[in-house]
Amino acid sequence: MSAAPKPYRQASWSEPVVMELGAPGRRGFLFPPAEAEVAALGDAASLVPAAMRRRAAPALPEMTEPDTLRHYLRLSQQVLGMMGVSLFGTCTMKYNPRLSEALGLRPQMAELHPLQDPSTLQGVLEILWNFEQILRALSGMDRFTFQAAGGADAAYTHVCVTRGWLAARGELGQRDEIVTSIQAHPCNPATAAAAGFKVVTLPLEAGGYPSLDALKAALGPRTAALMINNPDDMGIYNPEMAEWVRLTKAAGALAFYDHANFNGVMGKIRARDLGFDACMFMLHKTFGGPKGGGGPAVGAYGCSAELEPFLPKPLVAQRADGSFALDVPEQSIGKVREFLGNVHIVMRAYAWARGMGAEGINEASDLSVLANNYMQKGLAAIRGVAVSNPDVTAPRMEMTRYGLGPLKQETGIGVIEVGNRMTDYGIDAPWLSHEPWVVPEPFTPEAGELWSKEDIDAWVAVVAKVCAEAYGDPDRVRSAPHNAAIGKVLAEGCEDPARWATTWRAFQRKHGGAARQAAE
Amino acid sequence: MMVDRRGGAHPWMANSTPEAKAAMLQAIGAPSIESLFAQIPESHRLRGTLGLPPAIPSEVALKRHMLDLLKKNRDCEANLSFLGAGIWQHHVPAVVDEIAGRSEFLTNVWGTPMSDHGRNQAWFEFCAQLGELVGLEFVGLPVYSWGCALGFAARMAARLNGRREVLVPAGMDPERLDVLRQYAEPEGSGGHIAVVPVGFDAATGLLDLADLRAKLSARTSAVYFENPGFLGVIETQGAAIAAAAHAVGAECIVGVDPISLGVLAPPSDYGADIVVGTIQTLGIHMSCGGGAGGFIASRDEERYAREYPTLNISIAPTVNAGEWGFALSLAHQSSYGMREEGKDWTGNSVYLNAVAASAYMTLLGPQGFFEIGERILQRTAHAARLLAGLPGVAVRYRQGVFKELVVDFNATGRSVAAINAALLERNIFGGRDLSPDLPQFGQSALYAFTEIHTAEDVQRLVAALTEILA
Repeated sequence: MSAAPKPYRQASWSEPVVMELGAPGRRGFLFPPAEAEVAALGDAASLVPAAMRRRAAPALPEMTEPDTLRHYLRLSQQVLGMMGVSLFGTCTMKYNPRLSEALGLRPQMAELHPLQDPSTLQGVLEILWNFEQILRALSGMDRFTFQAAGGADAAYTHVCVTRGWLAARGELGQRDEIVTSIQAHPCNPATAAAAGFKVVTLPLEAGGYPSLDALKAALGPRTAALMINNPDDMGIYNPEMAEWVRLTKAAGALAFYDHANFNGVMGKIRARDLGFDACMFMLHKTFGGPKGGGGPAVGAYGCSAELEPFLPKPLVAQRADGSFALDVPEQSIGKVREFLGNVHIVMRAYAWARGMGAEGINEASDLSVLANNYMQKGLAAIRGVAVSNPDVTAPRMEMTRYGLGPLKQETGIGVIEVGNRMTDYGIDAPWLSHEPWVVPEPFTPEAGELWSKEDIDAWVAVVAKVCAEAYGDPDRVRSAPHNAAIGKVLAEGCEDPARWATTWRAFQRKHGGAARQAAE
Repeated sequence: MMVDRRGGAHPWMANSTPEAKAAMLQAIGAPSIESLFAQIPESHRLRGTLGLPPAIPSEVALKRHMLDLLKKNRDCEANLSFLGAGIWQHHVPAVVDEIAGRSEFLTNVWGTPMSDHGRNQAWFEFCAQLGELVGLEFVGLPVYSWGCALGFAARMAARLNGRREVLVPAGMDPERLDVLRQYAEPEGSGGHIAVVPVGFDAATGLLDLADLRAKLSARTSAVYFENPGFLGVIETQGAAIAAAAHAVGAECIVGVDPISLGVLAPPSDYGADIVVGTIQTLGIHMSCGGGAGGFIASRDEERYAREYPTLNISIAPTVNAGEWGFALSLAHQSSYGMREEGKDWTGNSVYLNAVAASAYMTLLGPQGFFEIGERILQRTAHAARLLAGLPGVAVRYRQGVFKELVVDFNATGRSVAAINAALLERNIFGGRDLSPDLPQFGQSALYAFTEIHTAEDVQRLVAALTEILA
C-alpha cells in the first residue's frame, strides 16, 4: 500500500456553452425533401392553424455535424467519471460490459416499439422472463416487475402496491404509517410520503442499528409497512432482521427489503427466506447496467405471491406452448411508468448475470467484502481518518463508513475539500453520506469486485497523500482542485433566485453583462 | 456446475485470482473469506445452491446466446411500423449514438462540478436548448417519462394552490393517464388528487370549452392539455383554456412533444405555467419503451422553482474570473436533502438521455426543427389523404394534425385486431388499437408518421390495406 499517487491533469478545453457556438446558416443535419405529391399538400404555414404557428425560430445553435461531435467529445474529455478509480459507495461501481452496449444499439433491441404485438417481441419477453427467474432464485420472491425506472421508483412501486393491498383489505386510510430507519435511503421515506403515508423514522442505537424496542414501539394498528435496508451504508448487518420482519408481519404490516446494498450479500442471503414480502434490486448498480450519470436505470421490484395481484401492469407470462405473453394482474395498481420499463437495461442485467453465473455472483460478493476489509485496513491507518462505529469489531460488509472529523478538527479541512483534492490525482471524489450526516465529515467508499488490489492501493494512497497535505499545506487542499478542467465552482448563487440560471435565457437575463463577456 | 474459466480468473473481476485473494487475506490477517461474513447469523444464510443457468463467461458464447434471443424479435427497421402513442420511431443520428456511447458519459456517477464539468455542461445545454424550444427559463433535469413529469407537475400545482383536482382531456393517452392516476393517489389515500376528464368535440378533436367551463371551479388545482393531443390534433384553443384556468386561480399545465416545436408555437405563448413532455423523440431509441424520458419546465419564478422535485443544474462562476461552471441548484428541497419533507422524490433518472437529447438539439438547430416539423406535418397530411381514399376507411381528424391519425375502420366491418394481424403477415405493424381504451371510436387505430417514412411506405400500407379490406 505504498504506491505514490501518480500525477494527473484533466483536459481543459475552455469549451464555450453550446449556445455561443456556430454561425448563422450552418446545418448539422438535413432531412430528406418531401416527395412532390407530399409537398403538394402544403407547407408548414398552411398545415398549422394560424393561432398555433411558431412565430420566432428557437434560438438554438447553428452547428455543423463535425463541430457538434467535437463539442461533445471535448465535454466528455472533461468528465473524470470512472476513468481513474471510482469507489463511489452505495452505487456499486461495476464494469459495464461493452458487449451489452453494442447489443443495445442493434435494431432487435433499439428499434422495438413497446406496443408491438407480443408475438413480435418474443426475444425481449424471453429475456425479461429468464431474468425474472434469476432474480427469483437470488431473492426467493415469487414475481418481479421491471417497470420502475430506478431504485427510488421501485420504493415508490412498493408504497403503491402497499396501497393496493391495504385497499383490498379495507385498511387504506387506517394503516397510514410507514416505518423506516434514519440509515435507510431517503427514497424510502420520501416515496412513502408521496404516496400519502406518514413516516416513522427509527434512530440508530447500540451496534449501529435501531433497537428492537424502538421497532416494537413504532409498530401498531396504523403500520402499513416497514421499509428497510440491510446491511446499511456503514457496512453493518442487523442480525435481528428476521425478528424485525416477524414483528412487522405480526403487527399486520408488510416488510420491504431495500436491497440497494446487495453486492455484499449476493448468494449469501435471500429476502424471502428472512420473511420479507417484497424487495428491490438496482440493475444499474448490482447487475452491471451503466450508471449513465444517473440512469436510464431499473429498480427490479419482487414480491410474494400474496402481493402479485397488485403489481403494475402488464406482467410477462409464459404460456403452455412456451411462448411469452403480457398479462394484467387482477387487482393491478395500474402503472408507475409507461410501458414495460427500461427493457434495454434489463437486457444488460441479464447478459451480466449470465456472464457471471451463480459461481461468479457468489465470488463477486466474496470479493466485494474481502476488498472492503482490505481497504479498511489501509484507510484506518491514515492520520485524520476515523472508522465509524468503532464498537463494531466484526468485519464490515461491502462498505464501511469513515469520517474525517479528526482531520477537520486538527486542520480545518473537511471531507468536501479532501474529495476535491483527490480528483487532482485522477481519483473520483468519494460518496459522502445521505442526509442527515450521522458521522461527522463522512465518506463511504465501496470497492466491489471490479477494482484490483492495485487500484485499491492507489485509492488509499491518494487519501493518505491528501490527508498529509491537509496537515502540511492545508491551503493547497482548500483551494483544490488544481488539475481539473475548471477552477472551483462558487455555487452559492445556485440557491439565490436572482442568480440561479438553469437555462441560457435565464443566464442572459440575470447575468447579462457577464453573459456577453463570456460570449466574446 | 461446469464453468469454463481455466485458471479461475473472470474478465470482469480483477481480484478473482487465487494470488490476489491470498494477498488481501494475508494483509488483513483473516483466515478465510467466509470468516468475513461473521456479522450475518448462520440462520440467515443460504446454504443451498442458487440454481441459476450455467455461466457464459466468454464474450464469444455470450454474444451468440444474446443474439439468439434478440433475433426472436421483429423490429421496426426490418418491418414497416406505424406505431406511436407515447413512443415514436424517429431517426437517431449516428453522431448522437457516438456521443451517448462515450465511456465518460456512460459510466460516470455524481462526481464534483469540477471533476465532471463536461457532463454538467452537457446537462445544462440540454436544459438551455429545451428552454428555447418551449419558451421557458426554468428547466429541471429529466424525469422518468412524460407520464411521470405530468404526475409531478400535478403534485406541484396542488402544493402551489392547496387544491386537489386536476382536469385532463378525456382523449389523452390512457397509458399516460394511468401513470398520472398513480401520482394523484387513489381515493382514500392521504394526498388524493381527483383526476377529472374534460370532454372533446367529436368532430374536431379539440377540447370542449363548455365542458371545461362547467368543470372548472375553486376546487380546480390545474388544467392539463396536450399539444399536439394524443389523437394527433393540434389544440388551437390554448390561450382560451389557459385563461379559463387562470380565471379560477388554477395552474395551466401543457404537455408537448418537443419535436413539434419548430413549427408549433411554444406553450409559453399561449399561457402555460408548467410545461411537461417527452424527451424520447430527441434522439433516443425506442428500445421497447426503454427510451421513455420526460421533462418539467416553467417560468423562472421562485414560486415554481421551489416546488421542483427534480435535480436542477445551474450555471455558476468559478474562482477564475470570467470562467463558468455548473452546479446543482435547489438540491436541498429534493428528497436527498429533506427525506419525507422534500418535494416528492428523486433518484436515478434518465440523465444519459439528456446528453443524447442535447446533442440532438444541437445537430438540428432552428432550421432542422423547422424541417422535421414541416416534414411530419406533410407526411401526416399525405397519409390522411391516401388512407381516407380507401373504401370504408375514414380519417377522423384531417385538419391541423401532427404525427398521429385516428384511422376509423368501423365501416369496413373489420376489427382493428384482425386488420393488424393481417398487416403483420405483410411485415407491417399497424397503428395502436384504440378500441379497448377509447370505445367511442369503435374500431379505430392511431397511426403515427414521422420523418423516417416515405411516400412509398404509405403507399405500401395503403396497398396492404386495400388487399386486406377487399
